[in-house]
Amino acid sequence: MLQNYFKIAIAVLKRRKFFTFISLFGISFTLTILIVMAAFVDKVATDNYPDRKRDRSLYISSLEERGHKGGNTSSGAPSYYFLRHFGSSLKKPVEMTIFSGNYSTNTYLNNRKVGINYKYTDAAYWTVLEHEFIEGKAFTRQQVDNRDPVAVITEDMKRAYFGNLPSVVGQMIEVDDVKYRVTGVVKNIAATTYIFYEDVYLPFTMSKADYKDRGYQGHYMAILLARSSADVGAMQQEWDQMIKKIPMENNQFDELFIHADPFILNYVRTGHEERSGLLYAITAITIFVILVTLLPTVNLMNINVTRIMERSSEIGVRKAFGASSRTLVYQFIVENLILTGLGGLIGVVFSFVIIQVLNQAELVDNLVLSINLSVLCYSLLACIFFGLLSGVYPAWRMSRLNVVTALKA
Amino acid sequence: MIRLANIEKRYRTDSIETLALNSISLDIGKGEFLSIMGPSGCGKSTLLNIMGLLDAPTKGVVKIAEQATGNLSDQQLAHFRNRTLGFIFQSYHLIGDLNVVDNVELPLLYRSSKAAGRKKLAAEALEKVGLSNRMLHFPGQLSGGQKQRVAIARAIVGRPEIILADEPTGNLDSAMGNEVMEILVQLNRNDGTTIVMVTHDENMAKKTHRLVRLFDGSQVQ
Repeated sequence: MLQNYFKIAIAVLKRRKFFTFISLFGISFTLTILIVMAAFVDKVATDNYPDRKRDRSLYISSLEERGHKGGNTSSGAPSYYFLRHFGSSLKKPVEMTIFSGNYSTNTYLNNRKVGINYKYTDAAYWTVLEHEFIEGKAFTRQQVDNRDPVAVITEDMKRAYFGNLPSVVGQMIEVDDVKYRVTGVVKNIAATTYIFYEDVYLPFTMSKADYKDRGYQGHYMAILLARSSADVGAMQQEWDQMIKKIPMENNQFDELFIHADPFILNYVRTGHEERSGLLYAITAITIFVILVTLLPTVNLMNINVTRIMERSSEIGVRKAFGASSRTLVYQFIVENLILTGLGGLIGVVFSFVIIQVLNQAELVDNLVLSINLSVLCYSLLACIFFGLLSGVYPAWRMSRLNVVTALKA
Repeated sequence: MIRLANIEKRYRTDSIETLALNSISLDIGKGEFLSIMGPSGCGKSTLLNIMGLLDAPTKGVVKIAEQATGNLSDQQLAHFRNRTLGFIFQSYHLIGDLNVVDNVELPLLYRSSKAAGRKKLAAEALEKVGLSNRMLHFPGQLSGGQKQRVAIARAIVGRPEIILADEPTGNLDSAMGNEVMEILVQLNRNDGTTIVMVTHDENMAKKTHRLVRLFDGSQVQ
């Protein structure tokens, strides 16, 4: 039976080549967009360099203070003081690292401008995270405590600043008018891993901003590392309990919100307590997917209805010889799945090409997209969903055809 | 084999009601070859469609092989047609995208038969109608007479008890028409298949056992 449906499906596709081209183009174009987007989302969600201990980490990056009397709200990143003072009281984490957000500056080398993105970190940064060192090593706790002007740079920065120099450990690099000695060079990080993406990493004790300021808000983030992934829940509870006991910064505020989240929740957090970042992200992705698939689905549905009506005589004959409405619906859905499957295959091929082009163009620093098994599975699901969605209504219309009317067509 | 009791068929639109069949009662015995004649629009095809369970009467009872068909569901009707009835149409209604053997095996697709078995039965049916050498041809490559013979093979492949033929020679010249008619006569004589045929051709009707005439939806003979 399936072989028969396959023969018919191919024969119908060959019959009206222009309609077939329109259908296949629409399907493959839509699926290409969905596959490339899935590859992007997959990369963002699963690329864990240098954050290999993600399954036992919690991330703290935003703080909100509210005062009900005057209606004041203030939100931003927490300060170094807040994280160090309150975070170090926790028992569950085996380690904690505190690091700043992004800063940027320009340096001029022989009249050539070099843009530098940098952050300040503690020594624990290099043990909580697992950067791959191409040369040298990280700066140590002693160097941080001693305010040594040392730096770790990325391989891209090595190339941009030092050119073709084979080894740069021990060389000096100027960042924001301060000269630092390079202690190590690390493998590049994708710009989508924005929390860790920089060109240069400096000891926080070298920060020009006063990291000792006792205000609650600043420009820092923290990662709490649990002993195992099973301990993450307890560590989060301990954090939440600790937060409840923290006194308000001043009498302007009477509520404090600061969360230690798993990676994805932290990645999408908006900084406002009522606005769920995860909900925003899911809503945005869903709306995008619906918009991208709705038009081709409706288009394909219309083409299918026209095609089915052209086959009225065949439908009448099949019904006359024993096909029930349900059987015919099944047949046409299978035919449509074959069409969308073909379109899907073409879409996968297009996606490989598009992804190669995007990777070559380097639109996002160090972001290398790929189509892995999970992305292929999502695309297969999208194909099936698309095939069902665009096939069910035309098949239902067809099944309602009166046999006698169909045979007269 | 086929029993029709007081069959009435009305077509209603917003403004007009048409009486296509008016109290037709008919008994067709097993192995009988019946022809139905009448002027255009007299209800011949409507009557055949009702016998073939392709259309439902407004009133009356249809019994085929002792089975009352009035309360059967869509699924049950499809199953019953598949097992009991075969159809031959004036315009052949072959599926152009399938070759001859795939067209002939069509009724067997809805019986959960295995592919090898279907091919064997289709080959036997094609041999009966003298088209074994055209199995892999497509309908577009056949003459009118050959197409109708393929349609006959399709109608008999499932060994139905009843064949309903709506003007099977209507689109054929006299030579081809005689060929096709001869096949039907042989089927009836040798296999005992009950055949009901709608025709305009008196000569073809003479080759059948009995003639029923319709006029304006009523039986006159």
